[in-house]
Amino acid sequence: MTVYSRILGTGGCLPERVVTNFDLEKTLDTSNDWIVERTGIHTRRVAAEGETCCDLAEQAARRAMAAAGLGPEAIDLIVVATTTPDQIFPSTACLLQQRLGIHGCPAFDVQAVCTGFIYALTVADKFVRTGSARRALVVGADTTSRILNWEDRGTAILFGDGAGAVVIEASSDPGILSTKLHADGAYKDLLQVPGGIGNGGAGAPYMEMRGNEVFRMAVTILGRIVDEALEAASMTRADLDWLVPHQANIRIIQATARKLDLPMERVVVTVGQHGNTSAASVPLALDVAVRDGRIQRGQTLLMEAFGGGLTWGSILLRY
Amino acid sequence: MSSVEERVRKIVVEQLGAKEEDVTPEASFVDDLGADSLDTVELVMALEEEFETEIPDEDAEKITTVQQAIDYVNAHLG
Repeated sequence: MTVYSRILGTGGCLPERVVTNFDLEKTLDTSNDWIVERTGIHTRRVAAEGETCCDLAEQAARRAMAAAGLGPEAIDLIVVATTTPDQIFPSTACLLQQRLGIHGCPAFDVQAVCTGFIYALTVADKFVRTGSARRALVVGADTTSRILNWEDRGTAILFGDGAGAVVIEASSDPGILSTKLHADGAYKDLLQVPGGIGNGGAGAPYMEMRGNEVFRMAVTILGRIVDEALEAASMTRADLDWLVPHQANIRIIQATARKLDLPMERVVVTVGQHGNTSAASVPLALDVAVRDGRIQRGQTLLMEAFGGGLTWGSILLRY
Repeated sequence: MSSVEERVRKIVVEQLGAKEEDVTPEASFVDDLGADSLDTVELVMALEEEFETEIPDEDAEKITTVQQAIDYVNAHLG
């Protein structure tokens, strides 16, 4: 019997503080029109002072477990995708495990920047399919605001903080149908935070991005992985009910939808209100569309993302 | 088969949503046809696809008008 991972429940958490484009106009040489036209972003959420990645992850995780109708004791694997962990170590997954009162099960972080959740869910899916775990909690959480240079109008306008989570369970019904992960470190300089432990913290601790090149790579790559994912599951574009894309930029999302011949009504878009929440963007978008009733049981979804590394990947699943 | 000029003009019309009569040889993508920086990236990608060629970034930056795009394609094809 084939074992699949099925999503039992989803959850999300956004910090309370809303930062609008008009707020950014006050401190940056930019304008609401410029930002909306090029990114589709109107507002983003920014974590309060002292509010951490694990705080957001915990709320999202609790909501996902509640939606799944499970308590923490049912979870036997925790994977957290983040690039902005609370501490260098322990991992945010271990911090989350402690908060949830779970003991003994494996817990670890995965770091693939904006592709993090796709990586984390793919890893968890392998655990479930091989029988190493039965019910996994998978979280994408980032406080990217902490690694932004708020004087750089090329990046400060793009990102927001948040967390999204899913609980998956082993099932004889599909489930996750295909997962595809990729990376190419040759493009490491396109999108990076140069500072780190290796250089004694000497590099800038803030994000640097070559925007136009990232845009070009993203549009090219996403067109390719969408077809790759469908092919792996012997499906066609017509079989797709929903595209749940990484929410980096409305223009990238529109370009991907065009390549798929998918009308924008079948694409879950949260970038306008959330901005780019990095590893949280895909699970947050999923949670929004599940909770507002758009995504229904039995429908076929394609999730995709790309991010620093470069990393990119997709997950095709039946919800 | 359409000429290079016709194919380039068609792509410009499609990508930038420009009116055909506005897509003159001298027309600048940004100044005359209302393109922003991301539009020009997408335009170059569409040209690459149409003419099955790779346009390096340093060349792409120099393609700012319809005629420059036509000249580039003519110079780099066959």
